[in-house]
Amino acid sequence: MIETRGLRKSFRSRQGRETKTVDAVRGVNLQVPAGEIFGFLGPNGAGKTTTLRMLATLIEPDGGEATIAGADLRKDPAEVRRRIGYVAQGGSTWDESTAREELVLHARMYGIGKADAHRRAVRALEAFQLTEYADRKCKTYSGGQRRRVEIALGIIHEPKIVFLDEPTTGLDPQSRAHMWDEIRRLRTEGMTVFITTHYLDEADALCDRIAIMDHGEVVAEGTPAELKREISGDVVLVGLDVANTPQAAQLLDGEEYLNKLETVDEGGLRLYVDEGATAIPQILRRLDHAGLVMSSIELHRPSLDDVFLTKTGRSLRES
Amino acid sequence: MKFARDTWLIFQRQLQLLLRNPVWVFVGVFQPVMYLLLFAPLLKPALNAPTQAAAYKIFVPGLLVLLAIFGGLFQGFGLIAELRAGVIERSRVTPISRLALLLGRSLRDVVSLIVQAVIITLLALLFDLRVFIGDLLLAYLMLALIALMTSAVSYGVALKVKSEDALAPLMNTVAQPVLLLSGILLPLTFAPGWLQGVAEWNPFSWAVDGTRALFAGDLANEKVWQGLAIIAVLAAAGVFWAARQFARSVR
Repeated sequence: MIETRGLRKSFRSRQGRETKTVDAVRGVNLQVPAGEIFGFLGPNGAGKTTTLRMLATLIEPDGGEATIAGADLRKDPAEVRRRIGYVAQGGSTWDESTAREELVLHARMYGIGKADAHRRAVRALEAFQLTEYADRKCKTYSGGQRRRVEIALGIIHEPKIVFLDEPTTGLDPQSRAHMWDEIRRLRTEGMTVFITTHYLDEADALCDRIAIMDHGEVVAEGTPAELKREISGDVVLVGLDVANTPQAAQLLDGEEYLNKLETVDEGGLRLYVDEGATAIPQILRRLDHAGLVMSSIELHRPSLDDVFLTKTGRSLRES
Repeated sequence: MKFARDTWLIFQRQLQLLLRNPVWVFVGVFQPVMYLLLFAPLLKPALNAPTQAAAYKIFVPGLLVLLAIFGGLFQGFGLIAELRAGVIERSRVTPISRLALLLGRSLRDVVSLIVQAVIITLLALLFDLRVFIGDLLLAYLMLALIALMTSAVSYGVALKVKSEDALAPLMNTVAQPVLLLSGILLPLTFAPGWLQGVAEWNPFSWAVDGTRALFAGDLANEKVWQGLAIIAVLAAAGVFWAARQFARSVR
């Protein structure tokens, strides 16, 4: 449904008298099959939005190619526009208009006739539970309502693909869960959904497949489960007094179930093991025998953050 | 066909939003009305005009051109608000014609200007101004072309600078000399030679002369078609340039 080859974009930015070239996207290759929720995960400034805006024909790539819903992005952007929907991060509704007016106008911008546009608006309002507010001005809506109007705008012409840029940023937890349901519903209706997010849990729970992006490049791609499996094994965190930590480290170092051992500055050990469930009893026994008292023990299954950490050397939460 | 439909769609939408808040049309007309009521009465003695009506025939056309220039140049502010709300970006992901995105808006501005011009003209009638309807309509065509050009340029510049803080001083800096060099308030026949020479290069000066000739009932005056032609060419160029700004990447 989406295929990109070496998509690139750089921007020139001026700081004082110096002009710097920033490579926002440096060669992105992607393959997104039809009917899945595909997620772009990465920190702010990783190039997610720039890539999305290129795919949505809003900015022209410096290099590379892409085929979107069968249309060539470089040669026929007008056809791409007809086949996709795009919902920007910063909103797209006008304060003084009502949801119904916005929906009808937007449908008509796609060349849909007046009567049909009205019918579609009614259906979209119902599907997104907006009927009640349909004729109120957008400025009176809550954040969640407004976001639902925006998604409804993005799909009013029934595109094959819809791009959602950070669809849940700034929403409260309840609206967020609601939005996830809406996005899943789009998939059920046969749409391919392409989202960007910097939330780990969102990528994990919502997306069928994800690409992790950092510094303008895709550093990993796969289903969340696959990616986590690549990070071999579990992590066991053992809480100890600072004074006891060296002794414990010495004791456990070299155990055959242990892949790697790190000491934690505030006291304690970080143990990389293949299988947490079998390693923990052995760790406990060993420390108990030596009379070392633990303050805590935690089993840490790999998360997408660990995937990000291994691929980029940084934690997503820090960047 | 598609282009005409797209333009109509944007025009309708913009007009609808304007009608929802028509106070802006009247705010726009307030300043020229003040000039008409509080400044124009000074002109008969100052210009040595034979009658009050004669003074108005010189002053009102200039006032209308002034209204068209300023009304157009400041339309960009509304567009920056739309830009910020994401409405422009939302339009740009649809296959709608980029020229229509501009022209629909500029035509709305033209309509709003003509409404204002009619208000001014009607008020001027109370002060014994008399114009032939045919001449008046041609004068309105001139005003419409001026507003089309200035509003298109304002939209184009707004898309380039993307901030009100930059747009306001820019538009003022451009508008002031253009205004003073076009003999809008007083005819440039009073100006020293060098000033007249500079004004020759100001297209709006031609527009003002042409409009004055029309108000004087002097349809045969070559300034009429010259002014119309110059402004029409500039309006086409302005629209073309601004539509390209809509087509290019905007953030």
